[in-house]
Amino acid sequence: MAGNRPWLAPLLSLVFLAVFVGLWHLATRTTAGEVQVDPEYAALVGAAAATGGKSAMPGPGDVAAKLWEHITDPFYDRGTNDKGIGIQLGHSIARVLLGFGLAALVAIPLGFVIGMSPLVYRALDPFIQILKPISPLAWMPLALYTIKDSNVSAVFVIFICSLWPMLINTAFGVASVRRDWLNVARTLEVSRLRTAFQVILPAAAPTIMTGMRISVGIAWLVIVAAEMLVGGTGIGYFVWNEWNNLSIANIISAILFIGLVGMLLDTTLARLGRAVTYKE
Amino acid sequence: MTQHFLQVEALARRFPGPRGGEPLTVFENIHFAIDKGEFACIIGHSGCGKTTILNVLAGLDEASGGAVIMDGREICGPSLDRGVVFQGHALLPWLSTLKNVEFGVRSRWPGWSAKQVEAHSVRYLEMVGLGQALHKKPAELSGGMKQRVGIARAFAIQPKMLLLDEPFGALDALTRGTIQDELLAIVQATHQTVFMITHDVDEAILLADKILLMSNGPFAKIAEIVEVTMPRDRTRATIHHDPQYYRIRNHLVDFLVNRSQDYAGDAAAGHDPRQPPVVRPGLDGGATVVPLQVHAGHSVPHATESTFSHASA
Repeated sequence: MAGNRPWLAPLLSLVFLAVFVGLWHLATRTTAGEVQVDPEYAALVGAAAATGGKSAMPGPGDVAAKLWEHITDPFYDRGTNDKGIGIQLGHSIARVLLGFGLAALVAIPLGFVIGMSPLVYRALDPFIQILKPISPLAWMPLALYTIKDSNVSAVFVIFICSLWPMLINTAFGVASVRRDWLNVARTLEVSRLRTAFQVILPAAAPTIMTGMRISVGIAWLVIVAAEMLVGGTGIGYFVWNEWNNLSIANIISAILFIGLVGMLLDTTLARLGRAVTYKE
Repeated sequence: MTQHFLQVEALARRFPGPRGGEPLTVFENIHFAIDKGEFACIIGHSGCGKTTILNVLAGLDEASGGAVIMDGREICGPSLDRGVVFQGHALLPWLSTLKNVEFGVRSRWPGWSAKQVEAHSVRYLEMVGLGQALHKKPAELSGGMKQRVGIARAFAIQPKMLLLDEPFGALDALTRGTIQDELLAIVQATHQTVFMITHDVDEAILLADKILLMSNGPFAKIAEIVEVTMPRDRTRATIHHDPQYYRIRNHLVDFLVNRSQDYAGDAAAGHDPRQPPVVRPGLDGGATVVPLQVHAGHSVPHATESTFSHASA
């Protein structure tokens, strides 16, 4: 069975990859030789006629070359519209971490209060229910108008979208701490502050970490769109810029990097989550 | 009247009825006392409010009426003076065995150094035979070991009184027996005052100096107080050779099976809950059923008054 052959799954992954790349290659291979280019058309479009039969879609070889370029020189800076992909990703990650961090600073203490007090929970619930489903990008115009700084606005959008999962999960985790554990703290006359930090926080930590993991995932989804709107720097802006350049190979490279960074963020949070998980 | 260490007076607990209806009285007029160093067990059917009484003693629940006085002061809220061993052990699963015990010890003696706290906690864990499992997490321990940690945690704060809520209910018979023996040894060595809930008649006879029998709820009350008159140095291995053992056991089982529902309404007219009859079935070879109608005058068949009137002889 598969359990006895741990190499089987990676091997199958490689097969899938090979099939995908093969199909990709077949679909985009140059057919220029077979297609006759109309000489009048060639005179009209000039140099473009040379690639007349070639799809605008790059083949795997073109993308691999582009990728190699990005990997070997990720941090070059040749003006506003020509920065290395490492710099662009760095800007995006910084925005996400800043917005996400600020959201955690607000959501976790507030979630604690909501979770501890059914009254506060009921009072804030309608607001949370209405605000939660709003697409974070809908806040963008309002943010741009009030903050007047596109960079800060992007961070604000990340803040808003990271807030809700952390807030709701923290409140839920705190509210569902086992009664027994709280009673233990009470009978041992443990102070409220110590109870909060040494009983409620560790008890709710796995739930809080799950909320943080959901938040960082959403933040990474949203940053690409936000940067497309805001412009200037960041991987989202890069994708949009390359669309204007019609450099599909660059767009595909960027998509791959977005996926890779998203996976890294998710596994980091998952690992942190496992560190605070306890078995009952 | 003499001053007892723990005095429960007219304790009652009522829950508001559905939509403002008649409140539901779980128990009322609960009177009993426990002396220093005494081991008291309480037995009764589910729903009679045993756990509620224990929670009131622990300070985790508030009574609807009456008062509990311990050591001359009224109980008001939880306190380190009363250690609780919870039914489901209630260990903090993210802390090791040692840290679980230290958690309470640090609270009891906030001025102690980390070394002192650890040494003290280790001593109590060794007492329950867990010296080898100090750094294990609760999930790595068996049910019996978890409950031992719970007992160590409660003993380690050196409370004036120990409250145990069916501590062995979830354990298998073999483990239960072992831990009962250990608890017996520790209690005999420390002269700890204990109040314990149990469903197990044999456990109560083995451990207790007196057993409070509770009638069925609602309106549950203390029906009788059974004094276990066997010598204190009992062991599980020999206790059933004592002729008193089966007399007490029969009395308890008889109460649980036949008489616990007889204390509701008018049938209990002769029963004064403020002074529940004290019986010593172990000493009497004869009938051991306590008449309910001592005060009302008419007697129950096969009942004799001798069981409780002069048993101290």
